[in-house]
Amino acid sequence: MGLRTTVLVAVLVAGPLVGLPLSFITSPGAIDQFSGFVPEAVAATFWILIGVGGGTLVLGTALAALVSFFEFPGRRWIEWVLVLPLAMPSYVFTLFALGLKVPGIRSTGGAVAIFTLVLYPYVYLLARSAFLSQSRTLIEAARGLGMSRSRAIFRVGLPLARPAILGGVALALMEALADFGTVNLLGVRTFTDAIYRVWIEAFDRDAAMQLATLLVSVTLTLLVLERLLRGRARHAQMAARGDLVPPLRLRGLPAVAAVLVPLALVALVVGAPVVQLVSWSLQSIHDDLLPVEFGASVRNSLLLSGMSAVLVPLVALLLAYGARASGSRTAATAARTATIGYGLPGSVVAVAVIVPLSWIDHRLDGAFGTGLLLTGTVIGLFYAYLVRFLALAWGAVESSLLRVPRQLDEAARGLGSDRLDVLARVHVPLLSAGLVTAALLVFVEVMKELPATLLLRPLGGDTMAIAVWQATHESLYKTAALPALMIVLVGLLPVAMMIRLSGRSGASEVEASPAAGGWVDEPEAVPA
Amino acid sequence: MSHVRMRGLSKSFASVRAVRELNLDIERGELLAVLGPSGCGKTTLLRMIAGFERPDAGCVVVSDEVVAGPGRMVPPEKRKVGMVFQDYALFPHLTVEGNVAFGLTTRPREERDGTTRRTLELVGLQHKATCPVYDLSGGERQRVALARALAPGPELVLLDEPFSNLDATLRGGLRREVELILRDAEATALLVTHDQEEALSLADRVAVMRDGQIVQVGPPVEVYGSPATRWAAQFVGEVNVLSGVARGTGVETELGVFDLRRPATGSVHVAVRPEQLELSTRDGGGNAEVVSREFRGHDVLYRLRHEAGKTLLVQLPSLELHEVGDTVFVRPAPAAVTALVD
Repeated sequence: MGLRTTVLVAVLVAGPLVGLPLSFITSPGAIDQFSGFVPEAVAATFWILIGVGGGTLVLGTALAALVSFFEFPGRRWIEWVLVLPLAMPSYVFTLFALGLKVPGIRSTGGAVAIFTLVLYPYVYLLARSAFLSQSRTLIEAARGLGMSRSRAIFRVGLPLARPAILGGVALALMEALADFGTVNLLGVRTFTDAIYRVWIEAFDRDAAMQLATLLVSVTLTLLVLERLLRGRARHAQMAARGDLVPPLRLRGLPAVAAVLVPLALVALVVGAPVVQLVSWSLQSIHDDLLPVEFGASVRNSLLLSGMSAVLVPLVALLLAYGARASGSRTAATAARTATIGYGLPGSVVAVAVIVPLSWIDHRLDGAFGTGLLLTGTVIGLFYAYLVRFLALAWGAVESSLLRVPRQLDEAARGLGSDRLDVLARVHVPLLSAGLVTAALLVFVEVMKELPATLLLRPLGGDTMAIAVWQATHESLYKTAALPALMIVLVGLLPVAMMIRLSGRSGASEVEASPAAGGWVDEPEAVPA
Repeated sequence: MSHVRMRGLSKSFASVRAVRELNLDIERGELLAVLGPSGCGKTTLLRMIAGFERPDAGCVVVSDEVVAGPGRMVPPEKRKVGMVFQDYALFPHLTVEGNVAFGLTTRPREERDGTTRRTLELVGLQHKATCPVYDLSGGERQRVALARALAPGPELVLLDEPFSNLDATLRGGLRREVELILRDAEATALLVTHDQEEALSLADRVAVMRDGQIVQVGPPVEVYGSPATRWAAQFVGEVNVLSGVARGTGVETELGVFDLRRPATGSVHVAVRPEQLELSTRDGGGNAEVVSREFRGHDVLYRLRHEAGKTLLVQLPSLELHEVGDTVFVRPAPAAVTALVD
């Protein structure tokens, strides 16, 4: 039973993505009408990859090294303040930049700057945890061999953290590639923007699918790269055990700079936009400039996010449990396959799910008449959210399920519990935290989601994210402010949760306790 | 009738025959240790008794009830078999008390509270009743695991390498403690281990297991003193295997004459433990040379090269020391009774 459930979910989720390249066979040459789009998109994508890759690499690694290897007033606090930009969707920051009429922002360079500022935390977080997991014995061994402290960090610390750092860069690049809002608003013609124009303006589904296939191949390369690097990062960390590298205390001017530079950065990326959005929001309320049907868009956002937050973790639970129950390699592979949608751009997912849905619609046509039962309703949206965010929920559920070693099941059985009893008295209490985490992550992500919602929303189904995009598109920055502000505030929730979890684990870092039966009290990685 | 009986038990995984037509009895109130190297099938045996694995053939009978056998498989929760896992498998979301009471939910509340309290007192953890389990030390965790298994009053307690996760310094004390707790509770217990010292010092009887079968069962003294096979002799402690000629109650070897546990005649092999040999020095002469010396505090283990070319192990109290390179006489210690092996 477990295996069949898992495989079914995997086919449901990954199936549409496999269907994408088929468009090259079913209607070859569809893309030719838009031949100008591809070179344009390739060039823009190339520059964004180079710029954002280099930018996040330098900014993220430098900040991580600063808080890991040096001690200065307020370090413990600044360490977490630097994560806050994760709560800032890039299209909201774009709204802020456009509203202030920053010169030269409507360019590839502008997009690179914005992405670097909001995406560096991916590199920062992974680099920081790699630095912190390094053993002082390694650094001390290097110093014993005659290196100065800074040279030891450069020659030993950085190379050891390299897989983690590059893994972080790959994640940041995947986010940049997936973005639609920023590039669209800035007029940078990337793949996601091309897909949107082909789909909405030219109604050419096949060409959109072919563009999506091209984008997917770039994204998948990064995904594979990231997974490979993640495996290696784990090796590097396993090799290193022992105490932390003792941080060096900064004094005088360097200490002042160490405090001011990170604070200024976060003030620019989060503080200033929030203050500006509050001010614009107040003006928009006062001047009656709120988006049309603002109440409805809030309601739609809450409804979509809320229902996805229930649906997606449940499917994730089904998937994880199925894989565990069957215990077979096929099930494990199926579960991994089902999580491939994460990291794929929302516009690609939207294009992919439309194919099976419209096929079913077509079959149902005779019976129901409209032919839009699935494609024209929220069902299509939920399907896209499932494909896109299943991995997020699965990660949270799986990491808590891993904390339930099989022996706990057996111990409970030996004490007289039947299967149902084991589920109720052992698994549910142990999984509840994971399920809540999963629900929160999905809720926030769906609320921020723009491209898939834009392509698949039913008539009159605008969300807050769409309201922000639409108003910004029409240069009505004040109108966009209130929904943008609300999205940012909701987005702070998982970031706050991550900080709280890490704070709690800070104490147990000292005594990494492989406590009762493999229960290790560490926070799950929370991708925001 | 034995309390627990296993007859013809077999279990294979793919092409590996983990347990092969195994027979074993456990008496009521007895502490039996199954001793074998890793991979000999002892954990599989335990899991078949507990009900986590279904035997391919054979049966397990507990208190005259067939719990596993042809066409019959009682689920683990109905077997009244308590298990103590190697890494304890405590429920991390429950307190010490909650763990111990886990198997008592069907009892009336008062009985449940009473049993939980008594069991915690038995293992000496009443003061930790409300602690979360991850705050406990390794030894305390183990006692909670034991209390949890004992609380429902099982027919049989199974212990899977219960001391392997503990520091060597803790192990000795805890072993004694666990033994006393099991005896206080008058529990029938089966312990599997690869540590011969643990098996010999703890159990009423030791079953030596190899390749899925029981090689020998008996009290520790017998298993150590009269090993059934050469392999058993070597696994349960260090041993010299000497060849000789048996004549009734004695056997003549290259080192001299040893007493035999059971009379025999003809050409035989005998198992001689290192402490059944002694050394002496007589004005530079001798029949062996000291090759190495392992000083272990209360005793010393010498490795010698005998003039016939054989390597011999000799264990002596550390009162008087011989140096590496010394030439010595090796001979049977007084009253050294040896056993025949294959």
